[in-house]
Amino acid sequence: MHFSYLSLIRQAFAANAGWPRQWRDPEPKPAYDVVIIGGGGHGLATAYYLAAEHGIRNVAVIERGWIGGGNSGRNTTIVRSNYLWEESEALYDHALDIWQDLSQVLNYNVMYSARGVLMLAHTVHDVQSSKRHIHANRLFGIDNEWLTPEECKAFCPPLNIAKTIRYPVLGGALQRKGGVARHDAVVWGYARAASGLGVDIIQNCEVTGIRRDASGAIEAVETTRGRIGAKKVGIVAAGHSSVVAAMADVRLPLESYPLQALVSEPLKPIVPCVIMSNTIHAYISQSDKGDLVIGAGTDQYVSYSQTGGLYINNATLEAICELMPTLRRVRMMRGWGGIVDTTPDRSPILSKTPVPGLFINCGWGTGGFKATPGSGHAFAHTIARDEPHPANAAFTLERFRSGRLIDEAAAAAVAH
Amino acid sequence: MTAPFRTASGGRIKRAETLSFSFDGRPLEGHPGDTLASALLANGIHLVGRSFKYHRPRGILTAGSEEPNALVTIARDAGRTTPNLRATEVEIYSGLKASSQNRWPSLSFDVGGINDLFAPIFASGFYYKTFMWPKSFWRSVYEPQIRAAAGFGMAPEKPDPDRYQQRYAHCDVMVVGAGPAGLAAALAAMESGARVIIVDEGAEFGGSLLTDTSARIDGKTGWHWAADIIMSLGLSDKVTCLTRTSAFGYYADNMIGLSERITDHLEVPPAHAPRERLWQVRAKHVVLATGALERPLVFPGNDRPGVMLAEAARTYLNRYGVKVGSRVAVATATDSAYQAAIDLKAAGVEIAVLVDVRPEGGALVELAREAGIRVELGASVCDTVGRLRISSLAIGRIGADGRATRFETIACDGLLVSGGWTPTVHLYSQSRGKLRFDAASQTFLPGVGAQAQISAGAANGTFGLESVLNEGYAAGEAAARAAGKKTFGAKTFSAEATDAAPAGTLGALPTDRDPSRVRAFVDFQHDVTAKDLKLALREGFRSIEHMKRYTTTGMATDQGKTSNLNALAIAAKELGKDIPSVGLTTFRMPYTPVSFGILAGVARGDMFEPVRQTAAHASALALGAVFEDVGAWKRAWYFPKAGETMHQAVNREVTAVRQTVGLFDASTLGKIEVVGPDAAEFMHRLYTNPFLKLEVGRCRYGILTKDDGFVFDDGVVGRIAADRFHVTTTTGGAARVLSHFEDYRQTEWPDLKVWLTSTSEQWATFAIQGPKARDIIAPFVEGIDISAAAMPHMSVRGGTFLGVPARLFRMSFTGEFGFEVNVPADYGRAVWDALYPAVIAAGGAAYGTEAMHVLRAEKGYIIVGQETDGTVTPDDAGLAWAIGKAKADFVGKRGMLRADLVAPGRKQLVGLETVDGTTVLEEGAQITPVAVPAKRSHAIGHVTSSYQSPTVGRSIALALLENGRARHGERLYVPMPNGAIAVVVTDPVFYDKEGKRLDG
Amino acid sequence: MLLIRCPYCGERPEIEFRNMGEAHILRPGTDASDDEIADFLYRRSNTKGLIAERWRHVHGCSRFFNAVRHTVTDKFVSIYKTGEPKPDLTALAASLNGVARS
Repeated sequence: MHFSYLSLIRQAFAANAGWPRQWRDPEPKPAYDVVIIGGGGHGLATAYYLAAEHGIRNVAVIERGWIGGGNSGRNTTIVRSNYLWEESEALYDHALDIWQDLSQVLNYNVMYSARGVLMLAHTVHDVQSSKRHIHANRLFGIDNEWLTPEECKAFCPPLNIAKTIRYPVLGGALQRKGGVARHDAVVWGYARAASGLGVDIIQNCEVTGIRRDASGAIEAVETTRGRIGAKKVGIVAAGHSSVVAAMADVRLPLESYPLQALVSEPLKPIVPCVIMSNTIHAYISQSDKGDLVIGAGTDQYVSYSQTGGLYINNATLEAICELMPTLRRVRMMRGWGGIVDTTPDRSPILSKTPVPGLFINCGWGTGGFKATPGSGHAFAHTIARDEPHPANAAFTLERFRSGRLIDEAAAAAVAH
Repeated sequence: MTAPFRTASGGRIKRAETLSFSFDGRPLEGHPGDTLASALLANGIHLVGRSFKYHRPRGILTAGSEEPNALVTIARDAGRTTPNLRATEVEIYSGLKASSQNRWPSLSFDVGGINDLFAPIFASGFYYKTFMWPKSFWRSVYEPQIRAAAGFGMAPEKPDPDRYQQRYAHCDVMVVGAGPAGLAAALAAMESGARVIIVDEGAEFGGSLLTDTSARIDGKTGWHWAADIIMSLGLSDKVTCLTRTSAFGYYADNMIGLSERITDHLEVPPAHAPRERLWQVRAKHVVLATGALERPLVFPGNDRPGVMLAEAARTYLNRYGVKVGSRVAVATATDSAYQAAIDLKAAGVEIAVLVDVRPEGGALVELAREAGIRVELGASVCDTVGRLRISSLAIGRIGADGRATRFETIACDGLLVSGGWTPTVHLYSQSRGKLRFDAASQTFLPGVGAQAQISAGAANGTFGLESVLNEGYAAGEAAARAAGKKTFGAKTFSAEATDAAPAGTLGALPTDRDPSRVRAFVDFQHDVTAKDLKLALREGFRSIEHMKRYTTTGMATDQGKTSNLNALAIAAKELGKDIPSVGLTTFRMPYTPVSFGILAGVARGDMFEPVRQTAAHASALALGAVFEDVGAWKRAWYFPKAGETMHQAVNREVTAVRQTVGLFDASTLGKIEVVGPDAAEFMHRLYTNPFLKLEVGRCRYGILTKDDGFVFDDGVVGRIAADRFHVTTTTGGAARVLSHFEDYRQTEWPDLKVWLTSTSEQWATFAIQGPKARDIIAPFVEGIDISAAAMPHMSVRGGTFLGVPARLFRMSFTGEFGFEVNVPADYGRAVWDALYPAVIAAGGAAYGTEAMHVLRAEKGYIIVGQETDGTVTPDDAGLAWAIGKAKADFVGKRGMLRADLVAPGRKQLVGLETVDGTTVLEEGAQITPVAVPAKRSHAIGHVTSSYQSPTVGRSIALALLENGRARHGERLYVPMPNGAIAVVVTDPVFYDKEGKRLDG
Repeated sequence: MLLIRCPYCGERPEIEFRNMGEAHILRPGTDASDDEIADFLYRRSNTKGLIAERWRHVHGCSRFFNAVRHTVTDKFVSIYKTGEPKPDLTALAASLNGVARS
C-alpha cells in the first residue's frame, strides 16, 4: 500500500485494520541470483538497488536475527560527507545525494534532517586539519564552511565557547547538509521497498557456511534454514564480517570493537544540530523524540559482546559536559553497545574478493550509517556488473596489498 | 492546616513539622518524610503530568522509581533546574518548587491535548508514512512541530554550579536492595566479618516492610525488626549503608555502578557537599535483592489520573499517611491488592468495588468480604470515565468466550490496579546471566548466572515474607562464603505477613468493546496501546525488538518497567506463541536514569584533563606569553609586547633569531634514554637512518617509520656513550614512540640488551639559536669546550650549565647556529631566568612555537603531523637521504617498498611562492593546475604550512604536490572562494640553501 | 571495566592497560611477498571466540604480555608471558565447552 495522507485517513477510519505487512516473510527458495548476507541498512539497500536499478530481483537478504538489529539500529544516526580524501568524498557524497530525496523514493519517511554537522576545533592543529577538510571539500563541491567561535555559539547556543575552558573552542567546520536521520526507518524503508520489488527478506536465518564449486566460485550458502544456492554472494555483515568471510577462507584486514552510545531522557529542543569534537572526543545530537544522542570512541579490545566499560561513558560525558555545561543535570536514560568492524585506514571495503562471485561490503567502523544509501547503491552496481561504481572504485581489498590506503584517521594525528 | 487526604495518624512522616512547597506555583504543605507524590496526593492532587504523544492528563501510578507518568521539573535556580524527575522519588523540603511538564498553557488545559483527538491517525509508526510532502516541509514545518511537541522537561538555562564526586570501592559482599531479603543478606554477610556494602534507592532502608504494617518478624513488627537490623549494620565498621543510592549498572568482573543522591532532598545543601556521587564498586560477590515491581492492568481508559497500582496506594497509606481517594475501586488479578483494599477500608476510605479477574478469586476473598468490601469475581474493567481524574468505571462479567459483559457503572475517585508482580531482574540480566521463564508464575527469573552473584527474595521469584528472609540470609551467607569468609550456617526467621504472590495476569483484560477501537494503554508515558502493538505485528514487526522500536513501547524514561511484560504477553497472544519464544528486549544500563554530572565527575575546566606545564612555564607567563594547547601541554605560542599583534610579535621573534639570538623552551619534546650494550643495534633497527657508526658525542636527525613505511616521528638523537643514546621525539609523539620502542624491544627483539627510560619530564630543554648563541651560553657552561672546532654542528657534550649537570647539543631547528641545552627539570626555570636577561641584553628575544614554525619553514624543515599525515613516506618528505640504503633491515624497510609507496606521481614536499609575494596562502588549501577548476576536480596537492616570512620578505609555503620535485618553476593555482591564487613551485628551502649559517 | 591479571603485578583494572592487538603475528623479513607484508600489517583473525592478544601494563610495570580471551564473554582464559608459545586455541575452546559456560 502506498503511504499517503489519504491512506492514513482511510485507515484511521478503518481502525488501522487494513495496513499490510511492510515486507513479506517468505520461506527461502532453493536458489537465488544474489544472496546478501546481513539484513542491516547496507545489505537491504544493496538488495533494493539490485532490484530497482539492475533488474536483479531474484535476491535474498539473509539475516541471522531481525533486520536492522545490528549497527543499523545502534548508531547515533549522523549523516555527513565532509571527508578529507577524494575517494571518501566521492563515496560519502554519493550517499548524501541519495539522502536528499530518499523518503520520497522509498515512500517511507526516513526523517533525514539536514540540521548541520559542526565539527569543533580546539587546538591550532585542529584548525589546520579542519581547514584542510574545508578546502578539499569546497573543491569537490561539498558544503563545508569555517565558523568562528561566536558563529559556532550562534549556531548551537548551548555550546560553551569561553576562552577559559581546558580546550577552548577555536572554531568549527560546518556542513549544513549534514544532519541526522531515523535509523530504523532507513532499514524498514529499504526492506519494504526491496520486498515490494520481489526481494526475499529471510530473518532468523544464520549462515553457517559458504560453498564453492570445483572452480572455487561461489555456489551456495549453508544456513540454519538449509542450503540456499547463489550465483553471487555479498557479505554485508558489519561486526561479523570476519566471521562470515572466514567461511570462504577470506582473511580480512578488520578488527571488531565495542562501540558504546547513550541517550538522555527526552528534553524539549536544546541542541539544534550535530556537534562533534575529535580532540575531546564526543558527539551529540538531539532526536525528534527529544533524547540527546551521544557517542564517542570504541573500547580498546576486540569484542563481540555488545557491551563495554563504564569508564568509556564517563569519558564521553566529561567531554559533553565540558562542551555544554548546562547538561550536567540531564540524565542518561539508556546506554548500549554495538560491534564495529574497523579497517587499518578507517575507510570501508566495498569490493570483489579473491573468491569468484563473492563480494564484500564492510569496515565501516564507527561511521557506516551515513553512507547507507550510497553504499548499497554502489555495492549493488559492483555485484551486478562485476566491476565497481566510480564511487567505490578505490575501496578495494587490494589496497591493503599495494599500500594505497585511504587514511581518514591519519589526518587527525597531532605532533610537533 | 492538615491536608485533606492526610490520615489522622500513622505513617513514617514527621507530622509535628510542616513543610511548605509549591506545585505549578500553587502553595502546598507536607511533612518531612513525604515524597512530592505523597504530598500532592495528601492535598488531593492526582493530575501531575501529560503524556508524550497525546498529551493525555496523567496521575501518579506508582510509589517508586518505576513511575512512568508523574514527571516533574524541580528548580532551585536557573542552573539548578532538574527536568524529568519522578514525583514518587522527589523528597520534599521547605521551599521546594516543582512544576509539571509537557503542557501549554497549563496542566489542566493543554493545547497539545488536541493530539488526543487525532489518535486514530497517530497510530504506531504513522510518522514513517507521512510528513513527506512537499519535501521541503519536513525540515521547515513538520520536524520543528514534532520536536516542540516531544520531549518532556527543559534542560537548565545556566551551567550547573553543583559538584559531583566519584569514588571507587571494594567489598566482599555487595547487597543491592534493602528490603527484607537484602537486610537479611547483609546481616548474614556482616556476621561473617565480610566487608559489606548495602544500597537502596529509597530514602530509607526497609523496602516492602515500610508498607506492610501488618508484618511480624521474630515477634517484632516489620518496622522494628528492620530498624534493629539497620542499626546493627550501621554500627559495624565493615558495613557501608547507602540510602538514596541506585545500583544502575552491572559490569564485567563484578563491577557495580552506584549513583548516590546526596543533597537533592535538603532544603539547604551543605556548602561543600557534592550533589551526587558515582561509586564504582568491585565486589567479590553480589546479592541481588532488588524485589519485584507490580504491573498495571491493561483495559480501556486505564491511564486516567486516579488509576494507581494497588500496592502504591497501600504504601501511600501506611508509609505516608495519605488516602489516595475518598471512594476507590480496586481491580486485580492478585491477592496483594486485597490487602491494599482492606488497609484502605480500615483507614476510612470507601471501597466502591473490588473486581478480581480470577473467577475463583484468591485467599483473601473472605477476609475482604468480612471487612465489608464488595468483591466481584471473574469480572473485568470495561471502561473508565473522567477527564482530569477518574470519576467512574464500568465493570463487566468475563464470559467463556474471553469477552466481558458490562453490568454496572460505579462512581469512584480512584482505581487501584494490580496485574501481578514482576521480579526485578534488570541487574541480573545486565550481568549477562541467562533468564528462564517460569510458567507457574508467568515471570522471567534468574537462570544460569555469568558472574559471582546470587539473587534472593522477590527478585528471585520468591514470595512470602518468611521465605524471603530465609532466602536472603542464606544468600548473604553464601556470598560471604564465596568471598572467602567463614560463616555460621543458616538462620531461619519466623515471620507472618500478607504475602504478595507472583502470579497474576498478563496482557489486555477482556472488555465488551471492540479491541481495535479502544485505547488500553500498555506504555503510559509513550502512549502505546494494546492496539498499537497489534498494528505493529500486523505490519510485520514481529520480533519483539521490532515491535518495541516501531511502537516505542518500553522506550520511555521508565524503560518499560511497568509495561514490558504486558507488551510481551500481548505480542505472544497475537502471534500464537508462548512468551519465552517471543523473547525479551535487552536490559540495558542504567536501571534508573543517571545524571551526566556524576559520570563526568570532577572533570571540568582545568580538571578536565591534567595540564602539563614546562619547568619555565611561570617565567613565560610572566613575560606575557600566549599559550597554545599541544596534547596536554601548554606551549608558549608567542611573546607579544604591549600593543603588538601576533603577527608583529612573531616577526620580531623570527628576526631576533636570524640577526642576534633567540631563546626557546623546547622542554615538551619527548625524550627517551636508550641504554645498554645493544643500544646502537636497537637504534639501527628502529630508525631509517644508520646508527651503528654514529660516534660518541655526535648527533643525528633520525626518521622513524612504522613497519608500514610511513613517517611516524622524527627527532635528533645524540650518542652520549657507546652504550647510551639521548633520543628526542615530537611533543605529541612522546608516548607513542616509547610504546613503539618498547613493543619492538620486548616482543620482537627480546634478545637485545637494551633498556628504555622516558626522560621527557626529567630534562628541561632550551634552544639558544642565532649568531650570538655561543656568546649567550658561554658564561654558563663549564667543562665543555664550545668552540666551533671542538664542538661542531650536530654534536653533544656533557658538562654543567649554571652549575647543574647538563647535556649540551649543538644543533638547530631554525637553520641558525645554535645550541640546545638540557638541564634537570628542577633547574629549568632557573636556567631560563638566567638565559633570558642575557638574550635580551644581546638584543635577542624569547620566541614561541609560532616563530619556531616560521623559522623551520624558511629552511624547509618538516613538522611531523603538519607536512606528514600518516600517508607520507620519507622520500615523499624529501628525506630519502635519511634512509640507510645499505641497511639489511629496519622498521619500515619492507613496507616502504610496497607498490603504491614507490609508484610514480606521489605527492612530494615542495615550496610554494605566491606570484604576488604578499598573499599568505591558507594552510590546507588545495592546489590545482587551472585557476578555475570544475566541481569535483582532482587536487594535485595541498598547502601544509604557510607563513609571511620576515627573513625572505615574502610569503612562503610548503606543500605536498604530485610529482612535486619535477615541477619546480611550474605555475599552479590555489583556488579560493573569492578567486584563485597563482603560485610558483619552488625548492622547499627558502633561506640559506647552502646551510652556511649553521656554522655561526 | 575488565579485571586483568598482569603476570608481573597481579590483578589490576583495565584502565591501567593498553590492548596491543592480536598476538603471535610474526614480522616477516625484507624478502616478504606483498601478501606476507599485508598479512603482517593488516590482516587479523578477529575471531568470535578465543583470541590470543597482546596487552601492555602501560600504567604499571610497562611490560607486554599475552592473553587468551573469549571475545563474546570477554573473559580471560589464559595469560602468559611474551615469548611463551601460543596456546592451542582449538583445544582450549573444546575444554571450555566441556564446562558450563554462559
